[in-house]
Amino acid sequence: MNSLFEYVLRLGDDSLILGHRLSEWCGHGPILEEDIAMTNISLDLVGQATSLLGYAGELEGKGRDADALAFLRFDREYKNVLLVEQPNGDFGMTMLRQFFFDSFRKPLFEKLQHSTDQHLAAIAEKSLKETKYHLKHSSEWVIRLGDGTEESNARIQESLNTLWRYTNELFFTDEVDNELVEKGIVPSLQEIQIEWNATVTAVLTEATLTIPTNNWKQEGGRKGLHSEHLGYILAELQYMQRAYPNMQW
Amino acid sequence: MVTENDIWGYLEEVADPEIPVLTVVDLGVIRAVKLENDQCFITITPTYSGCPAMKMIEEQIIEKLNEKGIPNVSVDLILAPAWTTDWISESGKAKLLEYGIAPPENEVDKSVLFSEPTVVPCPKCGSRNTRMISLFGSTACKAHYQCNECLEPYDYFKCLK
Repeated sequence: MNSLFEYVLRLGDDSLILGHRLSEWCGHGPILEEDIAMTNISLDLVGQATSLLGYAGELEGKGRDADALAFLRFDREYKNVLLVEQPNGDFGMTMLRQFFFDSFRKPLFEKLQHSTDQHLAAIAEKSLKETKYHLKHSSEWVIRLGDGTEESNARIQESLNTLWRYTNELFFTDEVDNELVEKGIVPSLQEIQIEWNATVTAVLTEATLTIPTNNWKQEGGRKGLHSEHLGYILAELQYMQRAYPNMQW
Repeated sequence: MVTENDIWGYLEEVADPEIPVLTVVDLGVIRAVKLENDQCFITITPTYSGCPAMKMIEEQIIEKLNEKGIPNVSVDLILAPAWTTDWISESGKAKLLEYGIAPPENEVDKSVLFSEPTVVPCPKCGSRNTRMISLFGSTACKAHYQCNECLEPYDYFKCLK
């Protein structure tokens, strides 16, 4: 197996699917500023996906570019974590999902920007600058809603109870990671998890939210086993290219 | 005979599509200009990963140079080193302010979590009594602020580095 291809594909799929999810808010945000903020973040993520999937295509060496990877794969070939394909729910749930993701991506990109793989390092260095703004935004909303009114607190606590089971998969490790960690190309995800735990605990405490004690962990995305939601996302995301093969925008 | 310096001069005539008061040279997205025989190579870098203006900037560069009698132009996009707002020229920052957009303040690296918004003086009246409305403004590179004194709503070109 081409481990670096698989690794970069996973990163790219995370960005693409979460970017698509956020784009669903376009025109539906609770206030104009947040509508614009979510689509801005979506644009950053889709931009990152373009860089990552483009590089994955090069690594694969079968002539697939970013568009081919985004528009012409089936759900089982997608390697994103389950967290990013979960439905938007209310605004609080979207912010909490974003916060879990940003808290993971920031330390990951901090390490990857020093990767011995220069192309991956360049994408990470670029994306890190954007991710810092995303994390600042999402963490502040989690605190504002958690430590807000009785209703906002209850609603985001409910979202936390729902999403918590998907967070552990961010640190899913298999032979792909092991090989690349051993070669010194990527950081160990256990290292990233330590920082993630610290960030999440600090922010959820400030937000007066309670971390669920039910520790059931759902995973599968990294192996292509998805929740039913991904199929619906792809139906919309791939429609044009499936209906009119090879069409150009 | 056209020189690389001439090309830099021509690029001064290409405006940024999103913020037309800046040229692509002011913005710092032109990373290299190279002439080899009759072939001209331009290297550009995006401000943000998803910046939708990059394709248009590329096309405008080719169009401008063709117009100046340089037929063979290729534009390459690179990601590293990553663009920072430090690359906006001093004259570019002055033009932004004049246009009503607050230029980047030099402080992004304070901690991401639990930090107060950056104080950004009002481009209209200069007051520092202002507030952040939203971290994400009309484009990815800008935040939205309002002056508490003169009430002017304005864009802030976010510091990125």
